[in-house]
Amino acid sequence: MAEPLLKVSGLEVHFPIRSAFLRRRVGTVRAVDGVDLEVARGETLALVGESGCGKTTTGKAILRLIDSTAGSIRFGGEEIAHHGTSALAPFRRRMQIVFQDPYASLNPRMTVGGILAAPFDIHRIGHAGDRAERISTLLRTVGLPADAARRYPHEFSGGQRQRIGIARALALEPELIIGDEPVSALDVSIQAQVINLMKRLQAERGLAYILISHNLAVVSHVADRVAVMYLGRVVETAPREQLFFHARHPYTQALLSAVPEPVPGRSRSRQVLQGDVPSPAKPPSGCHFHPRCPIAQPRCAEETPRSRIIAPNHAVACHMVSA
Amino acid sequence: MSATAALPESQGGRVWARFRRHRLALAGAFVVALLMASALFAPAFAPQDPTLLDTALRFRPPFAEWAHPLGTDELGRDTLSRLLYGGRVSLTVGLVAMVTTVATGALIGITAGFLGGWIDMLLMRFVDTMLCFPQVFLLLVVAAFVPPTLLSISLIIGLSSWMEVSRIVRAEILHLKEQDFVAAARALGASRRRIMFRELLPNAAAPILVAATLKVASAVLMESYISYLGYGVQPPLASWGNMLTNAQGYFDTVPWLAILPGAAITLTVMGFNFLGDGLRDALDPRLRMDP
Amino acid sequence: MIGFVAWRLLQAIPLLIGVSLIGFGLMQLAPGGPLAVYTLNPTIQVQDIERIKVIFGLDQPVYVQYVKWASGLFSGNWGYTFFGGRPVLDVILERVPATLLLMGSALSVAIVLGLSIGVLGAVKRYSVFDVLATTGALFALSFPTFWFGLMAIFVFAIQLRWLPSGGMWELGDEGNILALLEHLVLPTLVLALVITATWSRYSRSAFLEVMQQDFMRTARAKGVPPAARLLRHAFPNAAKPLIALLGVELPFLFSGALVTETIFGWPGMGRLFVDALNMKEYPVLMGMMMFTAIFVVLGNLLADIAIAAIDPRVRLR
Repeated sequence: MAEPLLKVSGLEVHFPIRSAFLRRRVGTVRAVDGVDLEVARGETLALVGESGCGKTTTGKAILRLIDSTAGSIRFGGEEIAHHGTSALAPFRRRMQIVFQDPYASLNPRMTVGGILAAPFDIHRIGHAGDRAERISTLLRTVGLPADAARRYPHEFSGGQRQRIGIARALALEPELIIGDEPVSALDVSIQAQVINLMKRLQAERGLAYILISHNLAVVSHVADRVAVMYLGRVVETAPREQLFFHARHPYTQALLSAVPEPVPGRSRSRQVLQGDVPSPAKPPSGCHFHPRCPIAQPRCAEETPRSRIIAPNHAVACHMVSA
Repeated sequence: MSATAALPESQGGRVWARFRRHRLALAGAFVVALLMASALFAPAFAPQDPTLLDTALRFRPPFAEWAHPLGTDELGRDTLSRLLYGGRVSLTVGLVAMVTTVATGALIGITAGFLGGWIDMLLMRFVDTMLCFPQVFLLLVVAAFVPPTLLSISLIIGLSSWMEVSRIVRAEILHLKEQDFVAAARALGASRRRIMFRELLPNAAAPILVAATLKVASAVLMESYISYLGYGVQPPLASWGNMLTNAQGYFDTVPWLAILPGAAITLTVMGFNFLGDGLRDALDPRLRMDP
Repeated sequence: MIGFVAWRLLQAIPLLIGVSLIGFGLMQLAPGGPLAVYTLNPTIQVQDIERIKVIFGLDQPVYVQYVKWASGLFSGNWGYTFFGGRPVLDVILERVPATLLLMGSALSVAIVLGLSIGVLGAVKRYSVFDVLATTGALFALSFPTFWFGLMAIFVFAIQLRWLPSGGMWELGDEGNILALLEHLVLPTLVLALVITATWSRYSRSAFLEVMQQDFMRTARAKGVPPAARLLRHAFPNAAKPLIALLGVELPFLFSGALVTETIFGWPGMGRLFVDALNMKEYPVLMGMMMFTAIFVVLGNLLADIAIAAIDPRVRLR
């Protein structure tokens, strides 16, 4: 099998907690605590989990917007986890990001044209003459009129701004786009439009997506494969149908049972988890989920479960689950 | 998807509306405009050459004769002309000083705010240290050491008051750099310089503009003070400050020689202060301090 | 608390070092160096200047000079005046009481007046008084202190002859407290003007912010009378930014004092500064720069400690 477009192994992002006095290190926030994932060309991997599970941090670490503290990130076969700014430059063109907040992700003092010209200016693509052409092409691609280039972001609605953000991400013709909750801040009806746009673009350009979301309904529409995260670790990865209908990890099962709009065809039995999500600064030992897990055994507190393949393309990190 | 949605009132329009409601700010704007015009067109408004001496007509009071609507000074020079030309000088110094202040302060503020870490710490400690010296003391000492050309005076005034601007800019940058659009620029591979000056700086324009306006006021004030003491603009070139130098001695006989330039300075400072205050309220209602 | 004080003291040290570095740097800027005064004197010959250089230690590398000068600062040896050879520190300290008197009375007036106006404005927000007060404050802020001083002299001393026009005492009448107070009135009011304006604005916004907090509403619901609400509940909370303001305003106070003293011929540090400037007494100038800067550092330190004393949360950091 060909090497996947993106292969992440053992990714860790730990933030030190420093005291105000002399800035001594008094603890660590383990935002990402050993994440493995893969994305093949043209496929959509959804990364789901509750707020604070580390999915956004994972996305940013993959893009090298923040530095990882351990682990490997291989893009197109090349290890980029330790690349410096100049080594990363060509990769900036190959992977991009769309942000959650349509209001904060566009520079309020730049025209849309300026925002869209930036990628070309930064990478010195084309010349001043054909900028206008490129910009209007991009606008057309995301369904916005060409005269939008002269306007400022605040003149557009949330959905339109997300389109601009997508256009910006497309400018450099990347192979992978990470969508960090790209539709969470939008009205439900607009969400569908933006998602459909993203699907169309994927079909046209063979884009791979990592879709970070806490909204399983959206995920069920677009994802090819789904990875579920809990407290900095991936607990289950499976193709969409498999995950929604045959989830094996107790956390995934609980998560799915809580979805208000049921995935059609699945029987609902609500599993309520006890306790609160622990703090990523003090994660439980062994399997992070064991304090709240309905089927936990003593082994779960002692040993961190490794991710094991239990069915084709279906990996679970749980001691209690066997193939 | 339909064409661009109905436009909310443009940002510029909203700012202008808020500004208009501020009577004092409008008054300030008016005064500033008037001053700039009179400085620009001084040769047109002035009855005569400000350096023209006429010892026969010394100490004429204001409104005593047509040729000298505001009277003459101890050397028979026309006061109105000196006020107008002096205004040119004082305002020029004020503006050049402001540019120096804003450029220095913004540069240091952006660098410290964006780069963070030990650069930030070093720069801010430097700012703290500079702030320990009273501005007037600092200014006078350096003014005494430096040959007093208009440019040097403007520069040293500018270099003695950039510290607050750097703090304001740094605070704004710290707030801005957490925003997603900055992360987006980094994701695109933008260089640090590009982010600082193309992404961050334009968004810090509002507080910089307010600070700039207020700094003109304080620069004019500083110039007048050091010129009054003899360390600023040198006679025979007139500035409002040095017009006051000798006037104090003639207070009991010819008080207007002191009243007029001082009134001009006060008016200028007030105008810019009100304008700056109004700009602050209009551009950022978060910072409002007054009704 | 002790820990906090120690920590703040520790933080003040690099600041003091920085201040001394800048002061020393400024000294080097003087054209002709610290010896300018001597080079101007035609009777002094080149060999003499060389000898003077050695005496002053100016032939040594810059960092050695700095260390000597800085350690001199610590031990109280602030150099000697060019004219008369008096110890600079003594010369400065002579003038300090007069300036402190002026600054102190102006600050007291400004705080009392400014606080009252500000608090009243906050309590009766948007009333006629408030609008007048805030507008008036903006006006007052724009008044050049020295021109206001000149006008005050003109009106009260020359035209109305109610108050003396300058100086601290009348000649031959030193020690007369009444005369002192008479002489103190105008300079105090002039210096206090701008500070009052600043204080009224800041105290108004500080009180407004505090008064809108929930705990104030609780106090009102409990039936605490307005005066007590203000004094016991609002004031301690609003005091924090105001004390901080005090520290920050200190340099401005010095600047203002310099200006005021010049106008009124008040024999304090400000006058000394201007006289030294005119006579090119660089040691005195440098001494005063350092004095004011050190004063400001210590003032801010005290302000921070006062804040920590009032607000326990600050100490926990």
